[in-house]
Amino acid sequence: MTEISQPAPVQTRLRVEGLGVVLGRSNIPVVQDVSFSVGAAQVMGLVGESGSGKSTVALSLLNYARRGLKITDGSVFIDRTNVLDLSGTALRKARGTLVSYVPQDPTSGLNPALTLGYQLGEAMRIHDEGQATEPIDERVAALLEEVRLPATRELLNSYPHQVSGGQAQRLAIAMAFACRPRLVVLDEPTTGLDVTTQRHILETIRRLSTSHDVSAVYVSHDLPVVAEIADNVAVMYAGRLVEHASAPAIFNTPRHQYTAGLLKAAPTPERAGALVGIPGRPPRPGQWPKGCAFADRCAAATTICRETIPVLATADPGHVHRCYHPVQPTATTQEVPTSGTVPLPPPSARKGALEVGGLSAWYGSKPTLHDVRFTVEAGSCLGVVGESGSGKTTLARCLAGLHSAWEGLVSFDGQLLDPQVRRRRAQERRRIQYIFQNPHASLNPRLSVGENVEEPLRFFERLSYADRRKKVLETLEIVALGGDLADRMPEQLSGGERQRVAVARALIVDPELLICDEITSALDVSVQALVIEQLRELQYQRGLSMVFITHNVAVVRSIAQDIMVLKRGQVVETGPVEQVLTEPQDAYTRQLMHDLPRFSDSVVAK
Amino acid sequence: MSNKVSTATKAPASAKVPSRKSNAALRVLRAALRTWRGRIGAGIALFVLAIVFLGPLSPASPTDFAAAPFSDSSVEGAGLLGTDVLGRGVLDRVLHGGLNLMLLAFAATVVAVGSGAIIGVIAAYRRGFVENLLMRGVDMVLAIPQLVFALLLLSLVGPQWWLLILAVGLSQAPQTARVVYGAAQSVTEKDFVKAVAVWGVPTRLILARHVLPNLTTPLMVELGLRLSYSIVLIAGLSFLGFGAPPPSPDWGVMVNENRIGLASNAWGVLAPALLLALLAVGTNTFADAIARANLGENRGEEAVLNASISATSKGSK
Repeated sequence: MTEISQPAPVQTRLRVEGLGVVLGRSNIPVVQDVSFSVGAAQVMGLVGESGSGKSTVALSLLNYARRGLKITDGSVFIDRTNVLDLSGTALRKARGTLVSYVPQDPTSGLNPALTLGYQLGEAMRIHDEGQATEPIDERVAALLEEVRLPATRELLNSYPHQVSGGQAQRLAIAMAFACRPRLVVLDEPTTGLDVTTQRHILETIRRLSTSHDVSAVYVSHDLPVVAEIADNVAVMYAGRLVEHASAPAIFNTPRHQYTAGLLKAAPTPERAGALVGIPGRPPRPGQWPKGCAFADRCAAATTICRETIPVLATADPGHVHRCYHPVQPTATTQEVPTSGTVPLPPPSARKGALEVGGLSAWYGSKPTLHDVRFTVEAGSCLGVVGESGSGKTTLARCLAGLHSAWEGLVSFDGQLLDPQVRRRRAQERRRIQYIFQNPHASLNPRLSVGENVEEPLRFFERLSYADRRKKVLETLEIVALGGDLADRMPEQLSGGERQRVAVARALIVDPELLICDEITSALDVSVQALVIEQLRELQYQRGLSMVFITHNVAVVRSIAQDIMVLKRGQVVETGPVEQVLTEPQDAYTRQLMHDLPRFSDSVVAK
Repeated sequence: MSNKVSTATKAPASAKVPSRKSNAALRVLRAALRTWRGRIGAGIALFVLAIVFLGPLSPASPTDFAAAPFSDSSVEGAGLLGTDVLGRGVLDRVLHGGLNLMLLAFAATVVAVGSGAIIGVIAAYRRGFVENLLMRGVDMVLAIPQLVFALLLLSLVGPQWWLLILAVGLSQAPQTARVVYGAAQSVTEKDFVKAVAVWGVPTRLILARHVLPNLTTPLMVELGLRLSYSIVLIAGLSFLGFGAPPPSPDWGVMVNENRIGLASNAWGVLAPALLLALLAVGTNTFADAIARANLGENRGEEAVLNASISATSKGSK
C-alpha cells in the first residue's frame, strides 16, 4: 500500500486505505487499492467519468455497497472509527451522526409521502434518543436557516414534489448536516440544477463544512464545479486512484496523462475554441488490462505502461499520481488553441437559413414559449441556452414538428413550416433532422447499428439494399466509426459511440438543418469534446445550419457563432457568442455568466 | 481549428464483443430453460403435448366398443384405463381426444394475443381519444366473466369451431391488451420512436417495426398464459356441450359424459382432467419462468454493471 502524504497541515478526518470492491458473484474488481485522506473541515473532490468507480467509493465511505457489489478490502477511518468494521445498530447509528450522504437526485432522497417538516425532524428524533435540549421544531428552523430556506409552516407542511429541485437539494443537504456528522458524502448533488442554483448549493456546502467542522467528499464528473468547491482532488480511472493533490495543483499542473486530457476536454467559460477529447473508452470491470488502464487511450503510453500497473508516485509533496510518463509542470492546460470565434463555412457551401418569428407554444394550457424570434443564418450555428424549464427543448420540438401546439411563423429556406410533422412535405422532413439528448434511448435496441442508421433512408429514397448498405458505411466513416460497427447492436456501444451513430443517422439523408437537443449532456467530458469537435467539422464542411440546445454555456463557445439566451420561455438576449459572453447586456445573462463555475476559481479562492 | 475531421478517432474495435445480432427473446428463453422452474414447466407441458400430438397415431379406434361400460382395467379387453359410459376404451379416447382441443386452443391464443397486442399498442401510441375509446372498451369486456362472454357468443350462433376460437380468443383479448398497453407505454415514450416520427413514417410501420419488436418478452409471457387459459376455457365449453359433437373424443366432453360413472371407473374423468390440469400448470410455470428470466435480465450482475456505468450525468431536463 502506498503512503499518502497530507497536503495541508490539518488534522486528518477521513483516512481510506486499500479500499477494494468487487462484483459479488464473480469477484471481478470494480474498485481496487484506493487510498486517500481528507483533513478536518476540508472538501475533497472525487473526480472520474462514468464507470470509474467514484460513486462506489463514495458509498463505501458509509459501508454501503450497491446491489451486486461487495466491499472486500481496506479500511475507512473517520476519526478513530473504522466504518467498515461496523454493522447492525452501530452502523445505523454511524450513518447520520458520523457520516451522512446526499444523493444525486434530491427528489429520490426524500420520501414523497411525508411532509418536509417531518422528514427533517426524523433524523434528529432517531439519533438523539431524548437528549435534545431544544424542541425539534426549533432545531428544524435553525437547520433551514443554515441552508437559507424560510422555516415557514407552508414549506414544512409541503411534500417533496411541491418544491423545486434546488430547494429539495438544499433540504437534502440540511438533513445530511442535521446531526452534525464528521463527514458528508455528496454524490453529484448539483447535476441537473441550473448554474445559479448550483452556485448557491456549492456556497452552502462550503459554509456549512467550515462553520460546523464537517469534512466533505464531493463526487462529480464536472471539473469546473470541483474546482470551485474542493481543497483537494482525487481523480479515478477504471477503479483506481490515478492522481491526488491539492485542487490548484490538479488544475494547474496535472501530472497524470488522463487528468491532463480531462482538463483539455472540459469546456469552461474562460476559453473559447477547440476542445480536445480523449479517443476510446475506459475498460469495463473484468476487462482491465494488465498494465495501466489508461494506456490504450494515452498518447504517451509505452511498453512498460501496458506491462505493469504504475504505483502511486510522489511528484511534489502532497501530489501523487500513477503514471510512468507524467506530464511536465511546464505544459499547462492553457495551451489549448484559443481562437476567438468558431469559423463560418465558405459562403458557397452554406445551406438554408431558419427564420422564426413570434413563436409561442403551449404545453396543455400552460404557455412555455412566448413570442420567440430569431434567425439562424445559412450555414451557422445558433446556441440556445437556458436553465431547465426555460422552454428550450419545447422550442426544439416545435421546430422539428414533434410538438404541434404552437403558433407563429417558422420558415426554413424561405418556406413556411407546418406545426405538424405529418403535414410537412417529405423534402422538408428530410432537410431538417433532430438529434436527441439521450443516445441510450434514441436508437432502437432491436435493430443493429447499421439498420438504425439506414432507417430514415427507407422513407426518403428508394435504394437497393446494397446501395443503402454502402451509404451506411460511408456515413459511419464520416462520424469516425468503423464500418465493423454496423452489425453490432446499440447496447454493445458506449454512450459516445451511440451518440455518433445518432449523428450518422441524421446525416445519412443529407440534411441542411440539424437540431441538437442537449446531445452531449449524457456524455462524459472526454467524449463530449470528441462529439462537439466532430459536429463543428461537419458543420464547416457541409455548410450545415444548426440549432444547438444546451444548458452548458461553456459548450456553446466551442461550437456556435451566435447565442440566444432563454428564460422562462422568453428570449432575453441574442447575439454573437463572443459579444454576449464577454459583455452580456441583460441582467440575467450577466448573472448566468457570473455563476458559471470555472477553473480559475480554484486558484483564486484557496 | 484543426482541419481533419478526426481528432475523433476510430472507436477501438473492442474485439472481445462478437458482432452478433442479439436476440433478447431467445436469450430470455434460454435463461428460462436454465432454471428449474423453466425446465419443470417445459417438461410437464411437453409431456402432455407429446400425448396430444402423438396419441392420434395409435391404431386403436376411439369410437369402437371395447368392454361393458365403466368396467375397470381388470376386465378383459377394457384396456389400461378401463371403459367409459358407452364401453369405449378410456385410454384410446384420451390419446385421440387432445388434438382437436389443442388446435382450437392454439388458434384462440393467437386470436387473443394478436388482437390484444394490436389494441394495446395502438392505444399506447395514439393517446387521447383513441386511447380512451379502446381502453374503455377493453374495460367493458373485462367486466364480463370470460366464460359467460364466450357462452353469450356461442349461444347466439350455435356451436361452430370458428366461433369457438373467436369466442375464446376475444374473451381474453382484453387481458392481453391491458398488459401490452402498460408495457408499450414506456416504449412509445422512448426517443427512438419519436425520431422515427420526425421522418413522417406512417403509424402502422412505426408500431410494427419499432414498437412491437421491443415487446417480445411480455408477449411471450402472455402467449404462455393465454394458452393455458384457452385450454381450460375450451375444455370447459366442450364440457358444457359447445365443443366437439358427441361421437368424437374430446377431453372436455369426456369429463362430462363419464362423471356419472365416477364410482365404478374414475379414470374416465380423472385421466382427461389430470392431463388438462398438467398442461395448464406446465405452460403457466414456463411462462412464469420466462417472466422471471426477463426480470433477472434486468437485475443480474451484467445489469448492475451497466447501470453503474451509464448512471452518471443524467443532464438537466
